[in-house]
Amino acid sequence: MSDRVSFTIDGTRVEAFRSQSIMDAAMESGVYIPRLCHVPGLDPWGSCRVCTVKVNGRFSTACTQPAMTGLTVENDTEELNDLRRDLVEMLFVGGNHFCMSCEKSGNCELQAMGYRLGITAPLHPYLHPDRDVDASHPDIMLDHNRCILCARCVRTSRDLDGKQVFDFVNRGSDRRIAIDPGARLKDSDADVTDRALDACPVGALLRKREGFRVPVGEREYDHVAIGEEDGVDPVSDLWDES
Amino acid sequence: MTQVKTEKVRIATTSLAGCFGCHMSLLDIDERILQLAELVEFHKSPVVDRKTFQERCAVGLIEGGCCNAENVETLRAFRDQCDILVSVGDCATMGGIPALRNLVPLEECLREAFLDGPSTVNPTGRPPDDPELPLLLDKVYPCHEVVRVDYHLPGCPPSADALWAALQALLTGAEPTLPYPLLKYD
Ligand code: SF4
Ligand code: SF4
Ligand code: FES
Repeated sequence: MSDRVSFTIDGTRVEAFRSQSIMDAAMESGVYIPRLCHVPGLDPWGSCRVCTVKVNGRFSTACTQPAMTGLTVENDTEELNDLRRDLVEMLFVGGNHFCMSCEKSGNCELQAMGYRLGITAPLHPYLHPDRDVDASHPDIMLDHNRCILCARCVRTSRDLDGKQVFDFVNRGSDRRIAIDPGARLKDSDADVTDRALDACPVGALLRKREGFRVPVGEREYDHVAIGEEDGVDPVSDLWDES
Repeated sequence: MTQVKTEKVRIATTSLAGCFGCHMSLLDIDERILQLAELVEFHKSPVVDRKTFQERCAVGLIEGGCCNAENVETLRAFRDQCDILVSVGDCATMGGIPALRNLVPLEECLREAFLDGPSTVNPTGRPPDDPELPLLLDKVYPCHEVVRVDYHLPGCPPSADALWAALQALLTGAEPTLPYPLLKYD
């Protein structure tokens, strides 16, 4: 049995190894599937659902679904982008996101996903959950208000830093990132050089005294949409239509 | 935009629970303001200091969300009197900075501001309660949670270019869709 498989994404033929996920195969072929919790090199997690595609007509998360020969994958369709818009809006209203005063603004993947999908205002009711900030560590800050529970810090700390600084506690809407039960960041072996800090897609895990270093206009997503970092101008200038 | 209009489009603007920053950003369109003056007539708006609606307006621009009963009343009047209502700025679209108080119970907020704050001197021993003062709402609400809103223009404030682009579209009857670099939440 060949270890190569071949399938289509929005009609484009994509080749993959048998063990690869649809997401990884798409990334290798230069096809962008929106994602927040997935990072190449980490084990798939499947929590954000932003990578939801239709595989042979059924909804499935591209980062957890294995590639197989003969699959027909829909990705960049109105139906799926509408769904993603809802998911991203829910991530906004489920936390406390005040972008105007956030150090991550302009470099934040959640915000960038909002821009890419053209969200002008989340219309779901705001939950304003009661969450705290752990600023106990001299060099690192953890703001639970902005955490999207993507586990990128958990997986990076465990698999790349060789530590286990982060994990989850509680369930449902009470779920949150925790350091050893009851402990604060200063009591952990978290260090300012940990790659886990770079893994956070939002402004939840931050190095202190680094905020606002890059001026507005030069930040990662100021001019280029997420998923289009390789230079292609992403979102069509809708303005010209009018 | 070069088209010649015989009749100016009537627009209304207001600042609810906002800081007037969005209005300042509108003034920031520089010399385009002359062009704007030829195209629109400001009706009820702080720009011309008119306090009430005398006529219907084509477009209403709302800065700020709703933090008190008077904001709600004004917003409802705008919905009644404007054909198209636009939430302008993060306070109007998502509550913005004033909505930071939503993370703290109202009573605790008032206590900190007027009774227990380290720099507070308040011989009355109670929060201001003059009947002239509008009653605070339990929370700060984005405009679309109070009335139907047609379009949202985020930003803190939306840049002058974003406002200009949106106005241009609205005045030509088009949907105000922003090009990528002008859609910002900060
Ligand atoms: S984490 Fe991102 S979305 Fe949340 S407030 Fe900061 S910039 Fe905005
Ligand atoms: S702290 Fe950041 S990386 Fe960790 S789960 Fe929250 S959002 Fe994800
Ligand atoms: S990227 Fe697949 S579920 Fe988050």
